[in-house]
Amino acid sequence: MKYLTTGNEACGEGAIRAGCRFYAGYPITPQNELTAYMSKRMPEVGGVFIQSESELSAVNMVFGAAVAGARSMTSSSSPGISLKQEGISYIAAAELPAVIVNVMRGGPGLGNIAPGQADYFQAVKGGGHGDYRLIVLAPASVQEMFEFTFKAFSLAEKYRTPVMILTDGMIGQMMEPLEFDDAIKPVPAVPKPWVLDGAKGRPSRSIKSLLLKDGELEAHNIHLQKKFSSIEKKEVELELYKVKGADRIIVAYGLMGRIGRECVDTLRSKGIKAGLVRPLTLWPFPYKEIRKIASGKAKFLVVEMSAGQMVEDVRLAVQDDKRVRFYGRMGGGVPEEKEIVARVKQL
Amino acid sequence: MKQAPTHYCPGCGHGIVHRLICEVLDEMNLKEKTVAVAPVGCSVLAYDYWDFDTTEAAHGRTPAVATGIKRVLPDRLVFTYQGDGDLAAIGTAEIIHSGNRGENISTIFVNNGVYGMTGGQMAPTTLIGQVSTTTPGSRRADRDGYPLKIMEMMAVLPGVVYLERTTVTSPKEVTKTKNAIKRSFEIQLAEEGFSMVEVLSPCPTYWGLDPSQSMRRIENEVVKAFPLGVIKGGDHGP
Amino acid sequence: MPEKTSHRSGIKLDKERCKGCMLCVEVCQRKVLEPAKGVNKKGMGYVVVAAAGKCSGCGLCVMMCPDCGIEIS
Repeated sequence: MKYLTTGNEACGEGAIRAGCRFYAGYPITPQNELTAYMSKRMPEVGGVFIQSESELSAVNMVFGAAVAGARSMTSSSSPGISLKQEGISYIAAAELPAVIVNVMRGGPGLGNIAPGQADYFQAVKGGGHGDYRLIVLAPASVQEMFEFTFKAFSLAEKYRTPVMILTDGMIGQMMEPLEFDDAIKPVPAVPKPWVLDGAKGRPSRSIKSLLLKDGELEAHNIHLQKKFSSIEKKEVELELYKVKGADRIIVAYGLMGRIGRECVDTLRSKGIKAGLVRPLTLWPFPYKEIRKIASGKAKFLVVEMSAGQMVEDVRLAVQDDKRVRFYGRMGGGVPEEKEIVARVKQL
Repeated sequence: MKQAPTHYCPGCGHGIVHRLICEVLDEMNLKEKTVAVAPVGCSVLAYDYWDFDTTEAAHGRTPAVATGIKRVLPDRLVFTYQGDGDLAAIGTAEIIHSGNRGENISTIFVNNGVYGMTGGQMAPTTLIGQVSTTTPGSRRADRDGYPLKIMEMMAVLPGVVYLERTTVTSPKEVTKTKNAIKRSFEIQLAEEGFSMVEVLSPCPTYWGLDPSQSMRRIENEVVKAFPLGVIKGGDHGP
Repeated sequence: MPEKTSHRSGIKLDKERCKGCMLCVEVCQRKVLEPAKGVNKKGMGYVVVAAAGKCSGCGLCVMMCPDCGIEIS
């Protein structure tokens, strides 16, 4: 079936179709369409919707729902995600599967409600306290909002870890056709031998992240890091567009990746050998793939709606700072095609 | 209860309340249907002592975690176990709103008027005149505000069906506490809504009193600020 | 290990669980329990069943014990 819908609603439907049956959220623009959609859809599929009293509460309700074995999700926008970081750290520490959606807006502080990408650091470098990572997926269209959210549940359960959908207010609120098979099957059930549902016919269990015995917490951290390494090896995804033979590469994700693609076409039409690298997973980041591309002589322009956050990872990948330039706008400013094209030409 | 001895200080009330919960669950044959949520505070390690499913929660978010569990598993018995720092300070919003939603969970609120785990700081429930490590001299209303009466605050919420404040100062009061816990669980099984039992409990270590003196302090002083009895739902119940 | 067993009530006190809070001693009207002289393996003062024969098995000590240290069979 084909639907005309918003990115936020496509995200909600992707979650429902993946088998998400618990959603808790708190109003914040520009993700409100998602919360409203879940309030309508969850009862239709026998799931739970709760409008919580706070972001803190929402993410901890998701913690509880995950403890009880449900596929669960919360969503918010930048300032609300800051509030959720405590809970996200606990979810990662307790190794619970959950999906968190950040429809980013301009910051810092209360900022504004225009699209932004300034929560990259917060999303990919840990965000809350302690050593942990989130798997971070970056959709660039309404279609990808559906597909990436669907996939997020699969990854969350496969690795027992929180997964973040990192998008922005423009992707969240734009309307585009969404197409999916109505008979799509939910993410296959995985055994959850850790779920708390009453210790019937088995020993009692506990889920915790307070590990006080000598060496216990270090051992748990080593275990978590092994898991994160395995994710880094297996789950990197990126889109390459006309990268072959290109000597000028735009690196951008989400909305900027989408604009970057148009820039590549414009530049190519002017005889400039441009290409695009669009990371689909921001963590794990495609260091190896970008390093391979950088083994030639290509120069890179990283474009973000921020003061320059992902550019740090691109520099780590390229390992030649002179070849990496950055163009970004902040506070709700969206780099336009002509601005980007001009900067690629200057490389 | 599991075999492990508790880490609590001599004369701490947590041990008594832990045991009462286990007794009630055994008597009601609910052990295999129970999921408990432990707080942050002295009783964070409750899961080391209880032989039923338990999870930790972030500080104060205990009722939010319980809400998530209960909504997913409505036929299980879900309760939170919280201290006064967890429930009446950092988790005020969560407890009030869980009550206001009429969330069908039980809360066992152990009020000892102090942050024990972190070294005896002032809690929202610390009495005026009580010494703590963060109230030089003692708690003063003009500087530190007043003891917070969460039960009385929650009594006005329609979703809250039963509130009782008890203590553990004597076998008679221990029995009342046990009965209150039982009633709270029965109310949950009958799907009537939110209920909470507040247990005034001694902290001999940070009160600077021996266990016996601590019990007398509750009887003589604490109950004046936090009166015992059924605060809501006296005529209500299964 | 239980200190002593009474014929009447079978009161047992686990010295290693005991922290010596004395709430049981205080509640016992028949003075069955009393503080021990030494310390247990944890280095804590503890209570012993000093007069098992006097125990009526009322269970008040069990109710007041914060450490599940007393059993009456």
